[in-house]
Amino acid sequence: MDCVETQTMMHGYLDSELDLVRVVELERHLEECPHCQQAYSNQQALRAMIRAASLYHNAPDQLANQIHVAQRQAEDQNSRVSSAVPAKRRTHRFWARAWVFELAGASACLAILIFTVLRVVPWRGLASSDDVIAQQVLASHIRSLMPNHLTDVLSTDQHTVKPWFDGKLDYSPPVQDFADHDFALIGGRLDYLEDQSVAALVYQRRKHFINLFIWPSPDVARPANAARKGYNMVHWTEGGMNYWAVSELNATELDEIVQRIRGAR
Amino acid sequence: MANALAEPAKTALFKAEIVPHLRAAYNLARWLVHNPDDAEDMVQESYLRAYKYFDGFRGMNSLAWLLIIVRTTCYTWLHRNRFQEASTVFDEDLQSRVIEMINPETLMLKGADDMLRQLLEELPVEFREALVLRELEGMSYKQIAEVAGIPLGTVMSRLAQARRHLQRRLSNVPTKEY
Repeated sequence: MDCVETQTMMHGYLDSELDLVRVVELERHLEECPHCQQAYSNQQALRAMIRAASLYHNAPDQLANQIHVAQRQAEDQNSRVSSAVPAKRRTHRFWARAWVFELAGASACLAILIFTVLRVVPWRGLASSDDVIAQQVLASHIRSLMPNHLTDVLSTDQHTVKPWFDGKLDYSPPVQDFADHDFALIGGRLDYLEDQSVAALVYQRRKHFINLFIWPSPDVARPANAARKGYNMVHWTEGGMNYWAVSELNATELDEIVQRIRGAR
Repeated sequence: MANALAEPAKTALFKAEIVPHLRAAYNLARWLVHNPDDAEDMVQESYLRAYKYFDGFRGMNSLAWLLIIVRTTCYTWLHRNRFQEASTVFDEDLQSRVIEMINPETLMLKGADDMLRQLLEELPVEFREALVLRELEGMSYKQIAEVAGIPLGTVMSRLAQARRHLQRRLSNVPTKEY
């Protein structure tokens, strides 16, 4: 276990979440490495501070009551709505009242529906403005450039990278190499965007890395460019997939690369 | 929604299983949306959703189940309000061999509670929630993974990044000279 790995693993160790093999490896490394030892004791100190500090936000007393009342109202609505249905034709005034309850019932159903959709299709198309995604994409790109984060499967062979995703994703991202055009596939990685696992293909041109994130999406979008913090991004959809390319390459070269990728589909 | 429970049975079960987690629900909401009033709204909305959706709750860990709803509610709200979260970028360089010492005594003098609270508030939301669930709620990685809908490995790496970030920020506090 090297220092970089140790400094992530030590958190699993601190939280008693590591398996025995790793515990042994980690303890061996800590014995030998004063640097990591210091980092570990810092983390112990930090944990002690966090636990000693009063960071827990206690719920206001009245909140329990409010919830109780709200829930009672929901209960009442539920039972009244069910009895209101057969009583529809009774009297005019009752109609008016029943209408209110039905509206309440309908909005309850709508809430359930929205909630169900939210749970099944997390955020997609709903709240996720491209801006939010762009931010996530950029963050993932930058994270990927940290030591040992770039690729999970390291291969310049598209026939190795593509099958690697099988079983890790429930869709199969298109994988192509463009070494002929001066940007080579160097591997792939699983990443996490918009509350789902996504494929990240890594290309390289000269010393610059290009992350291409791919995940299924029903949306249709024409290519759009964006620049943030000195990085360039291109987003488009094609064949039911969402594509985000991000790199520190200049916009012209990134556009050219995107056209190659799109041309190859 | 097959086998919907009869209303009284549902209410009783809801009271036994879900209502006791109010404290955790509020704490998470408060840390996610930053202010007390919105947090209360989030919790109320979550409880209503939880109640309506309770038939879908099948013997899963009830705390995790409720917190998934709280989290979903809060994230929807954050997205809808276009909350510009702090940049997700941590400027960490693990290769660098400089590890500053944390000096707990200095920090205590400066009011560690306030400082920690502020640093935690500054963390990007997904890192903040991992830390809150782990350190304040004492949840296991498996439970956190369930609530946040992420793989176990991601839980550890988020905690690692969040804590390293805090540690760095705390170490940069100028130390008092004697």
